Amino acid sequence: MAEAYIYDTVRTPRGKGRKDGKLHEITPIQLATQMLQAIRDRNQIDTADVDDVVLGCVSPVAEQGADIARVAALNADYAETTAGVQVNRFCASGLEAVNMAAAKVIAGEAEFAIGGGVESMSRIPMGSDGGAWPMDPAVAFKTYFVPQGVGADLIATKFGFSRDDVDAYAMESQKRAAKAWEEKRFAKSIVPVKDVIGEVVLGHDEYMRPGTDMQSLASLQPAFAAIGEQMPGFDAIALMRYPEIERINHVHHAGNSSGIVDGASAVLVGNKEIGAKYGLKPRARIKGMASIGSEPAIMLTGPADVTTKLLKRLGMTVADIDLFELNEAFASVVLRMMQALDIPHEKMNVNGGAIAMGHPLGATGGMILGTVLDELERTGKQTALVTLCVGAGMGTATVIERI
Amino acid sequence: MTDQAIRQDLDADGILLLTIDCPGLSMNVINADLSRDLAAAVERIKTDAAVKGAVLTSGKPSGFVAGADLKGMNFQGDAAAAAKNSGKSKMAVLFEGVSGLQNLLRSLETAGKPVAVALNGLALGGGLEIALACHYRVAADNPRIVFGLPEVLVGLFPGAGGTQRLPRIMGVQPALMYLLQGKNMSPQEALGFGVVQEVAPAAEIVDRAKAWVKANPTKFTQPWDEKSFKFPGGAGATNPNFAQTFIGGNAMAHKQSNGNMNQIKAILSVVYEGAQLPFDTALRLESKYFAKVVADPQSSNMIRSLFVSKQAAEKGARRPKNVPPMKTKKVGMLGAGLMGAGIAMVSAQAGIDVVLLDRDQAAADKGKQYTADRLAKRRTSPEKTAEVLGRIHATTDYADLKGCDLIIEAVFETREIKADVTRATEAVVGADTIFGSNTSTLPITGLAEAWSKPENFIGIHFFSPVEKMPLVEIIVGKKTGPEAIAKALDYVAQIKKTPIVVNDSRGFYTSRCFGTFVQEGLAMLGEGVTPALIENVAKQMGMPVGPLAVNDEVGLDLSYKVGQQTKKDLGDAYKPGPGEAVIEKMMELGRHGRKNGKGFYAYPEDGSPKHLWPELSANFPVSAEQPTPADVKERLLYRQLVETARCFAEGVLETPEDGDLGAIFGWGFMPQSGGPFSAMDTIGLPTVVQNLDRLTQTYGERFAPPQLLRDMAEKDESFYGNAAKKAA
Repeated sequence: MAEAYIYDTVRTPRGKGRKDGKLHEITPIQLATQMLQAIRDRNQIDTADVDDVVLGCVSPVAEQGADIARVAALNADYAETTAGVQVNRFCASGLEAVNMAAAKVIAGEAEFAIGGGVESMSRIPMGSDGGAWPMDPAVAFKTYFVPQGVGADLIATKFGFSRDDVDAYAMESQKRAAKAWEEKRFAKSIVPVKDVIGEVVLGHDEYMRPGTDMQSLASLQPAFAAIGEQMPGFDAIALMRYPEIERINHVHHAGNSSGIVDGASAVLVGNKEIGAKYGLKPRARIKGMASIGSEPAIMLTGPADVTTKLLKRLGMTVADIDLFELNEAFASVVLRMMQALDIPHEKMNVNGGAIAMGHPLGATGGMILGTVLDELERTGKQTALVTLCVGAGMGTATVIERI
Repeated sequence: MTDQAIRQDLDADGILLLTIDCPGLSMNVINADLSRDLAAAVERIKTDAAVKGAVLTSGKPSGFVAGADLKGMNFQGDAAAAAKNSGKSKMAVLFEGVSGLQNLLRSLETAGKPVAVALNGLALGGGLEIALACHYRVAADNPRIVFGLPEVLVGLFPGAGGTQRLPRIMGVQPALMYLLQGKNMSPQEALGFGVVQEVAPAAEIVDRAKAWVKANPTKFTQPWDEKSFKFPGGAGATNPNFAQTFIGGNAMAHKQSNGNMNQIKAILSVVYEGAQLPFDTALRLESKYFAKVVADPQSSNMIRSLFVSKQAAEKGARRPKNVPPMKTKKVGMLGAGLMGAGIAMVSAQAGIDVVLLDRDQAAADKGKQYTADRLAKRRTSPEKTAEVLGRIHATTDYADLKGCDLIIEAVFETREIKADVTRATEAVVGADTIFGSNTSTLPITGLAEAWSKPENFIGIHFFSPVEKMPLVEIIVGKKTGPEAIAKALDYVAQIKKTPIVVNDSRGFYTSRCFGTFVQEGLAMLGEGVTPALIENVAKQMGMPVGPLAVNDEVGLDLSYKVGQQTKKDLGDAYKPGPGEAVIEKMMELGRHGRKNGKGFYAYPEDGSPKHLWPELSANFPVSAEQPTPADVKERLLYRQLVETARCFAEGVLETPEDGDLGAIFGWGFMPQSGGPFSAMDTIGLPTVVQNLDRLTQTYGERFAPPQLLRDMAEKDESFYGNAAKKAA
């Protein structure tokens, strides 16, 4: 079996996912196209050697529909022979895309394969694709469907994280992200997005609020109390699964949950030979990857489960990992993983995360993989584990190791 | 034809007037006669060239059609038999069986001729479904007329096109509200939704309906049969309104039903899926879901208890046959506390004069004020309020009881006080008057000793709050005679409540069995089970409130007193309940329940919602090992089941119907089960006994099945099976 190496990673800056966001005028196909062009041009590869482009996208409808990966490859003037496939593992779609690209390389199906993702949340709002899970009555009842935010609040309640705990975590994320930008730690991966006349519309993460402190966070109203406690009353459904809990403590709000943003990412994966052909130095080896299902009502406890599963398979322990990167969907998700696996905060999301910079659903996995690889290189460390919590109760993870 | 249910009259314009008038019934219901005549009428509309169109109406002043004849339904038995004969699966037979009326109505609306309906009065369930299949609907302008699809309330859903036509007329979201809640609408509301197209004076509705038929010889197609049909409010998996309606609606229905009601899930599914299908396919799907719902014993259990047994009880199923009607004209209400005040209120509202007596005038007046306050809250008109209050005479003078033909006593729950007021009353009204005690715990036979003619002494046990709770438990003492029973039942009919009749025993039926639910909850708390787990599982299994919450409402001090009284009464025979130590500890801690703001729950002074008392776990340490929710549910369920079975074995209960009605309407026992006896029959008595034996080994004798249950299990009998055999 071949080894899968990471040769390069690129990402857009993240634009506010609203009508006044800088990336709102940029179509999702453009976001994906520009990342594919950038990763090709930076590495000067002939795309005839790229066998497949795998892109994550969580709302693959309307202008994100119709296999945006293949169409983005065509639009980026890739070789006609480069195939494309869009995948959806909710929030882990981008990482799943990289894992699939790596699997294709390992299996010998591809020489080069690109993984990544795209999501324009300002143009295609979250939930636009509907789905049987929340809508179909039989399925919603069977799976005890509740929105993720209620699940995140349930995690905080069940595992004992107070409003202060989650707010303190959020403040630290903002602090770390601000420092990382200040020190240009993201520079290697960031590719500014250009408009139709070729001018840069966004060169930095637009969503950040570096001045955030505990007072400003404390003033925010819990976001999921109304839908949980009143209409339509999702808390009662969550408690059918967790009857040992009297009531859910609603601690999450806009300031300690991931931001809604637009963005895209791409990761160039390939075997040793194809890299050598272009004189490219592998930046890291993909050491292992895994996905897992977890209880769907609380929904977001998969990261610890999938990490345990993957480390066990690799014969590793938590101590063997130098840096952890867990998508900050909600503060409680990260606090729970650190609690469950005894991971020190110094190793977790050292440059901030989605609470500060945003979470462009399908793209995030590819983005944070690049972030942690850049950080390994900057600090001379070896091994990192990237993971995300996933809708409907899942977790996906990847371990990378610098060569 | 002597059993003709529909008269046909063809007028000079070729309009066939179909007048529904079920013979021998005060109200039209959909039964075999009506179905047969409707089929014949549809055939004539289709084939008789002289018929240009039709108008349906009712020949009864009581209304149009009140729905299907649920008493005549036996889906289970019919399908099982037919399946045996035809070699088809039971589900296939059920599917064919349930789609009869639906197919007929579809033929009516696609017969090629205009059909209108003139609704002179109520149209419910299948009655409204008939109307919805007519192209034009005219209603009489009487605001008291109701239209609705109440099937959901008895474990069913509309199966004659109602789940498909209503959303296509009024939109998915409002239709779901009516389908899921069984809510009624007035003619004006119906007009607003397009459920009827015209409201007119009652005398004109048939003419208006005919006028429409005459004016529309060709343009009458139902909207959903038009090519250009658009769902009002939109429909389809990619429609945001539709998606939001279901995401929210699923959650609300799941929360309200705790996922326990099959018909609620089926209604949501059939509307969700049906709205995305062509009309005829959607109708077929409706029949499939309907078959699925009626194939589950849950629906027949619910129909039996919530509809058939309830109506029978209200119509006097348990009334001694030979006693002439004994209407109450003037009731003497002893005690003007919460119960006495409530009983006075419902009596006065039923047109009965009330003498409301208490020890001091202020207490009696306060009792009367209770009615005034409740009526004001309901925005009752000043005239009506004055009329009702005018019937209540608040007094302290026993002499005022003169002329009362029924006495109800609701004074403090001690034997001595009760005996005093009983004797004082007899001195005024004489021992021939029927005397009813509203005691909830003290045996009637003992209390009757204070009345010289114990045959005229009976228990009339109300539930709190009286004006809201539907049940009255009639308790027959050892010496109680048939006249007292008849009098009590006639009175319960007057105040429009549902009666059950039980024999004397400590706690009778309802208090005794409900008490086991509470005690089992307390026992678990004492054993170290997480309190939230106890409370949540109780609610999720279909009990209205958790055992700790309900004990707070009743008052822990009251539970304590009842326990002490029982201990005193029984002496050495007394066995302490499994939760008694918990109550004693709470009394030591000065926690009396909601009344002093301190119980198992804390009641914050700022008015924010109550929550479990945080120090509960310090006083009742939570074990590291917790039972599963299924274990907690099993204990709470089986503790109640075994006690109801004992009541049956001991003769406290004479019929399973009394047991099921008393459980559902008295203490809110899992309505989806149809009651504890329906539940035991459905589980199967051998399994019930097996589970009880296992629970006895783990938790003790309180779970031990009575011998009768063992015997029945061995013979593979059932409570309702035996009752039917006995009746035959």
